[in-house]
Amino acid sequence: MTEKLSATNLTLIRGERCLFQELDFALNPGELLLLKGQNGSGKTSLLRAIAGMLSLESGEIFWNEAPVLQQRQEFHGALVWLAHKTGLKGDLTLVENLRFEASLRPQSDNDLAVVCERVGISRLKRLPLRSLSAGQQRRVALARLVLADVPLWLLDEPFTSLDRDGRHLVTQLVEEHLTSGGMCVMAAHQDVEINATVHRVSL
Amino acid sequence: MKATNPKQPSIFASLIAITRRDLLLALRRPGDILNPLFFFAMVCTLFPLAVGPGAEQLTLSGPGVLWVAALLATLLSLNSLFMSDHEDGSLDQLLVSPQPLPILALGKMIAHWLTTGLPLVLISPLLAMTYRMPVDVIGVLMLTLLLGTVCLSLLGSIGAALTVGLHRGTALLSLLILPLAMPVLLLGASTVSLAADSELYATGIWALGAYAVLALSLAPYATAAALRISNE
Amino acid sequence: MWKFFHHLTSPPHFYRLAATIIPWLAFPGLVLIAYGSYAGLFVAPEDYQQGDAYRIIYVHVPAAYVSIMAYVLMAVGGGCGLIWRLKLAHAVGAAAAPLGAAFTFLALATGSIWGRPMWGTWWEWGDPRLMSELIMLFLYFGYMALRAAIDETAKADKASAVLALVGVVNVVIVHYSVVWWNSLHQGPTLLKKGGPGMDADMLYPLLAMILGFTLVFGALLARRIRTEVLYRERRTRWVRELILAPGGGR
Repeated sequence: MTEKLSATNLTLIRGERCLFQELDFALNPGELLLLKGQNGSGKTSLLRAIAGMLSLESGEIFWNEAPVLQQRQEFHGALVWLAHKTGLKGDLTLVENLRFEASLRPQSDNDLAVVCERVGISRLKRLPLRSLSAGQQRRVALARLVLADVPLWLLDEPFTSLDRDGRHLVTQLVEEHLTSGGMCVMAAHQDVEINATVHRVSL
Repeated sequence: MKATNPKQPSIFASLIAITRRDLLLALRRPGDILNPLFFFAMVCTLFPLAVGPGAEQLTLSGPGVLWVAALLATLLSLNSLFMSDHEDGSLDQLLVSPQPLPILALGKMIAHWLTTGLPLVLISPLLAMTYRMPVDVIGVLMLTLLLGTVCLSLLGSIGAALTVGLHRGTALLSLLILPLAMPVLLLGASTVSLAADSELYATGIWALGAYAVLALSLAPYATAAALRISNE
Repeated sequence: MWKFFHHLTSPPHFYRLAATIIPWLAFPGLVLIAYGSYAGLFVAPEDYQQGDAYRIIYVHVPAAYVSIMAYVLMAVGGGCGLIWRLKLAHAVGAAAAPLGAAFTFLALATGSIWGRPMWGTWWEWGDPRLMSELIMLFLYFGYMALRAAIDETAKADKASAVLALVGVVNVVIVHYSVVWWNSLHQGPTLLKKGGPGMDADMLYPLLAMILGFTLVFGALLARRIRTEVLYRERRTRWVRELILAPGGGR
């Protein structure tokens, strides 16, 4: 069975505001779903809703044609989420952080050292993450994406805090992931040049 | 439905990993372990200053004071149980991990107990001696504190999970947890008092044990539910 | 059956239904309380041990009964809200908490007043019922404080529901742990309340008071739920139509 992420009729109300309503999308392997919008337009909320962390006013999100809420663990085993906050512990080293991640989620056969080299953090392995710059910490979070053996990437503003090389690296990584049959949902406030099938949702 | 990925780490591995991670974090910031201990010692010191150093008074009030102090020290440490995870976003990562959330919550509770409950139990004899508690009673005190702090870590994590991310979290946490902790305090302190009066105290130990088992079986689920709700 | 149930729990329908049933709860309730108060104070005989002091049970027992019922209702409401995502069930919990706290306070106050002649003290730490009521009052406060601390209604609903459910287990444990504790300290002899051993002239006013309190509580609760529902549904069309209709808000 090929993997598929889809949603029908999503409506989300936060407090007094309706962030989006009657939103539909479908995402197949090799495709990117780009969520575009201003700050506060509900991109992050939609990502959180896809990850099953927000209850929706109406609508349902499906993974492989079955509602996500009925198979939360399987679904979470198929995704990795790069959030606005990296979710890495500042008091642990890069390797300790990534090892912990490895004990939660299926890991690809990529070698840790090779991946660190690739995202440009191999010199920083022994330092506590706290002492790294924001951009370097984002790169560690990118390493976590590459190391996970999951089809679905959820990326919330992945270009934040990164320099030009870093932004290029993100594009490259996403393209590679899509080419190898993965899929990706990305929230971004500017348009993104990616060489793949892109579905755009404006919020 | 698709079978889970064969590469998926086992539940047990994730339990060990999160416990290990939290222990490591606590070791990197020893203040988090030491502060509740100092607080415990401080409260136990304040009491004789307030009511007088009479031997009889100390023996009578010792079990109660030690227990209240242990309860408050645990409460003090609970506030930070999920706070740093919430702030740096790793709590969100735990919520979207493919491991059962109650197990991850249990791992955090185990680490919390090992870094606050257990040290309290270990230094309690020292303070108990200043209250002129006989050696065999100190044994009972340690046993009740051992079971009691387990209960408090478990119960407390429910409250900590409910209040994580709230501005007025600290005061609210006490308000939520103290009523829940009352039976533990009552059972623990009375059992030690009974032992001090050389009466039969086994019932108290069994009751505390039963409470710990009940809390162990329910608290991880309640905490997991509370964490999902708090992080919506 | 399910359709009927679903209809009943839809907010606009409940809002109208509640308006109809409130008088049917309030008036019989007040009549029963009036009868119970009169009969309890003037008709029921003196107790051979406690004299006239026992007559406070005509307020104390019903208040205690209602305070427990309100708590259970809050927890059941929370449970139903969590499991079936019934919005109305959460509104029940939110509406019941302050009422329950008020009745708990009444039960504690009357219990304390009763304790003065019976135990010779305003407060007896060793009494399991008094202690359970006190802890329940704290749980009510915790419940309301948690609700107040969370801005988003939906989140506050779910969080407080979890707390209410945990609290129910706790109240039972508190009760039995104090019973055990009390048996060690041999505190004041427990007063046996109610029970079939009571004289009919004493019992009937008590039953009338319990039923009366329950009905009045039901009326107050229904009124509070109506307000709660109106507030929560303030953005919906039916509320707008209701307010804009001639004689709006009825």
